[in-house]
Amino acid sequence: MATRKVWYTLSVVLMITSFALLYFRGLNLAIDFTGGVTAQASFSQAPNVDAVRSKLEQAGFRDPQVQLSGSSRDVAIRLPPTGQNVNEIRAKLEEALKSVDASAQLSNPDVRGPQVGGELKTSAIWALSFTLVLIFLYLAFRFHTWRLSFGAILAVLHDPILVLGWFALSQTPFDLAVVAAILAVVGYSLNDTVVVFDRIRERFESNRRLQPDIALDQSINQTLSRTIMTKVVTSIVVVALLILGGAALKGFSEALMIGILAGTYSSIYISSAIALDCGLTAEHIFPTVKKTAVDHLP
Amino acid sequence: MLEYARWKYILVSLVLVIALVFALPNVFGSDLALTVATKDHTDVTQDGAKSVEDFLKSKSIPFKGADIEGGRLIVRFDTVAQQYQARDAVAEQFKDKYISALYYAPRTPAFLRKLGLRPMSLGLDLRGGLSLLYQVDINSAVTQLLDGYAQDARKVLAAAKIPYKDVSQVAVDSDRPNAVRVVLAPEADVDAARKALAQTFQDTKVSTESLASGSAITAALTPAQIRQRQDYAIQQNITTLRNRVNELGVSEPSVTRQGLDRINVELPGVLNSAEVKDLLGRTATLEFRMNDETHSATEAKLTGRVPLGSKLYTNTRMGVPILLKREVIATGDQLTSATSSSGQEGPQVDIKLDSRAGDAMLKATRANVGHHMGVVLIEKRRETIDVDGKKVTRDVTDEQVINDATIQGVFGNQFRIVGLGAGEARDLALLLRSGSLATVIYLVQEQAIGPQLGAKNIASGVLALEIGMAGVFLFMALYYKVFGLIADLVLLANVVLLTALLSMMHATLSLPGIAGILLTVGMAVDANVLIYERIREELRKGVSPQAAIRAGFEKAFSAIADSNITTLIAGVVLWVFGTGPIRNFAIVLTLGIATSMFTALMGSRAVITLLYGGRRKVAHLPI
Repeated sequence: MATRKVWYTLSVVLMITSFALLYFRGLNLAIDFTGGVTAQASFSQAPNVDAVRSKLEQAGFRDPQVQLSGSSRDVAIRLPPTGQNVNEIRAKLEEALKSVDASAQLSNPDVRGPQVGGELKTSAIWALSFTLVLIFLYLAFRFHTWRLSFGAILAVLHDPILVLGWFALSQTPFDLAVVAAILAVVGYSLNDTVVVFDRIRERFESNRRLQPDIALDQSINQTLSRTIMTKVVTSIVVVALLILGGAALKGFSEALMIGILAGTYSSIYISSAIALDCGLTAEHIFPTVKKTAVDHLP
Repeated sequence: MLEYARWKYILVSLVLVIALVFALPNVFGSDLALTVATKDHTDVTQDGAKSVEDFLKSKSIPFKGADIEGGRLIVRFDTVAQQYQARDAVAEQFKDKYISALYYAPRTPAFLRKLGLRPMSLGLDLRGGLSLLYQVDINSAVTQLLDGYAQDARKVLAAAKIPYKDVSQVAVDSDRPNAVRVVLAPEADVDAARKALAQTFQDTKVSTESLASGSAITAALTPAQIRQRQDYAIQQNITTLRNRVNELGVSEPSVTRQGLDRINVELPGVLNSAEVKDLLGRTATLEFRMNDETHSATEAKLTGRVPLGSKLYTNTRMGVPILLKREVIATGDQLTSATSSSGQEGPQVDIKLDSRAGDAMLKATRANVGHHMGVVLIEKRRETIDVDGKKVTRDVTDEQVINDATIQGVFGNQFRIVGLGAGEARDLALLLRSGSLATVIYLVQEQAIGPQLGAKNIASGVLALEIGMAGVFLFMALYYKVFGLIADLVLLANVVLLTALLSMMHATLSLPGIAGILLTVGMAVDANVLIYERIREELRKGVSPQAAIRAGFEKAFSAIADSNITTLIAGVVLWVFGTGPIRNFAIVLTLGIATSMFTALMGSRAVITLLYGGRRKVAHLPI
């Protein structure tokens, strides 16, 4: 606990960096959030999907997704929003496709606004806020003090921010699977924090006069082997996903990896330290029952 | 001495056995397949199945097997290429007869299927398919309700002979119409009008005011009524969409409400969206009206003067304008069945009406034998047009007289409509049968996921999970020795339990769901680690092995319970508030926490007590 100023500084620096990255660089939002263009094309014979993709890239479309769809001669094309209107997109698409196969037929491209993604974002933020409030109340009820709840909530907010910062830095596409991963990260981080809190409660129970900072240090050290063990085990699966999971799971496993690192760090160095700085003592968790002067005798 | 109550052993074993049975269908995997269903909704016959099989053989497309299940033919293949080839060929050859869709046919043995046991279904992101998100125009649902009130008010006032100037929709403290205002003529008796309208405006908030043009009675809908009406519109649209989707013959389609005014339609294995979108989004209904034979339609069209009580239709199948009476005898909403068939006069739609419409039809035809009756097809759609470079969407109603036939004899609730093309008759029957949409819906998002991508997602995701799990098992066994093996057993039981629960609930597993499983495995490992570390701690203090086990479980309990309940809170909130992928994640997470707590706290306790409990002397724990 003595070194907590250092860790606070580190966290603040990391969070400011994350915010700066988010602000200046932004997330590379996947089509789930941004909307975009979808179109169907049919060819006279089975096309080479990779060739179609590279032709589209040459035509100036960023990150085109090309998949076979419906039959071996039909492909579905998805493009991120381009800011061009339907007719321009159509003309450029048609040109690119004709260069692959002169008989290519293009359906009318659909251009979708990011409306749905935006709503998803709002509903996710609402759900998350509501969750945090409930967790705050539950922990306050279980540990008899808001100080620990406050530490837990700050630590929980800390981790997703770092993950978002990483995604802004690496520009890995940010899709719905990443949102799920961030939710999982929140779960892990909370889990760690609560395990430490549980130990703090136990330390105070065995010795009410224990100095709060010593009690916190002891709790963290005593749960450290468990924290590391659990993290190692979880990381085994996540690393396997990262290496073998393929492109669809890349963002997902990256988010989990960063989140687990951040979560371990925050539950060791941040959550209980904050409770301490809020003035946590044994008294808060185990209030002495005041003997009242008035007795109940008639 | 370490003991564990007998009923707990029994409970743990019982739960595990049941879970194994329910999880069993998932181990058989699935085949690449093609489902073939008849377009007119009858079961595929043995002969029909044989014709498809023979056709595939003649095209030398190899298949593993073909059988009829639930009225559909399911043809199984070895490779995606064969599946695609077959799909294209069958779609081409049996265009008019069958609908085919790509499918992952579970290999679940028949005896399990008979017990109603099914494997978890895979989400669209894992097996490919079409996802359509529709927006329901809930405001027009309210407008329709107000229209109804306005019409009734006009009728009541006319019947009570109370003169009025105008009945119209107005907005009261709102930016959308939410009230009907009746403006009375200056000489009208306001109280009498209120009394007359009391019945009509029963549930609304009625107020009276004096305007410059005369007294006005305003009936405003309450917010609850508006919400109820909107909900009704969405429910009705969901029902209709579900009916239509079922008509497509796709296996395991899903139609769900999303948020306030959206409907999500997921069609696994369907990839050609044009045909589906056309069918799902259409709002078609019929109106039956008598022909106005006393006036000339051509003349009405030329002069622009349409006789009172009649309506001029210029868009007709017959190519000439037609005048129909305004009075509607029956509408498409009133029919009980509609099927297409081919009769002497070509393709036809056979129609059955409900009793009220049947009576009306009987009365109308009895009075009009030898006269003409027109059938009007009404379709609503939303189109986007460019107005000065800006995109404007507007609702368009197309009305077309599809038939104008002489009434040959008196008929009631059963009759047929002729004069249609084959495809047209089928589509019309389908649309009529599935009911009309309460309000216009329009597509806001469409996603087609190719099955290759889905297959690749599954393959790499599953491989990674398997290797990761194997690594976890190995690591636990190395680190905690025998106790590690017990933990592995318990983890396995956890996965079985979770799979069983998800299969039981017919939940869909998608990519975020796999994330949920991963988190659950992490939590289950964590619970075991918490217990074991506690046991080790106690052992270091010099406590006897059995006492250490007991203390380990006891002391770890509060940490496990609190940390899991905290995560459970997050899971439940996301389950309730989340949509789509987030909800899927939350369902798996919530169930997973329950199963992991059960297996870690009760399962591992049972195994450990079985091994190290009782009266035997344990000198050393392999932990």
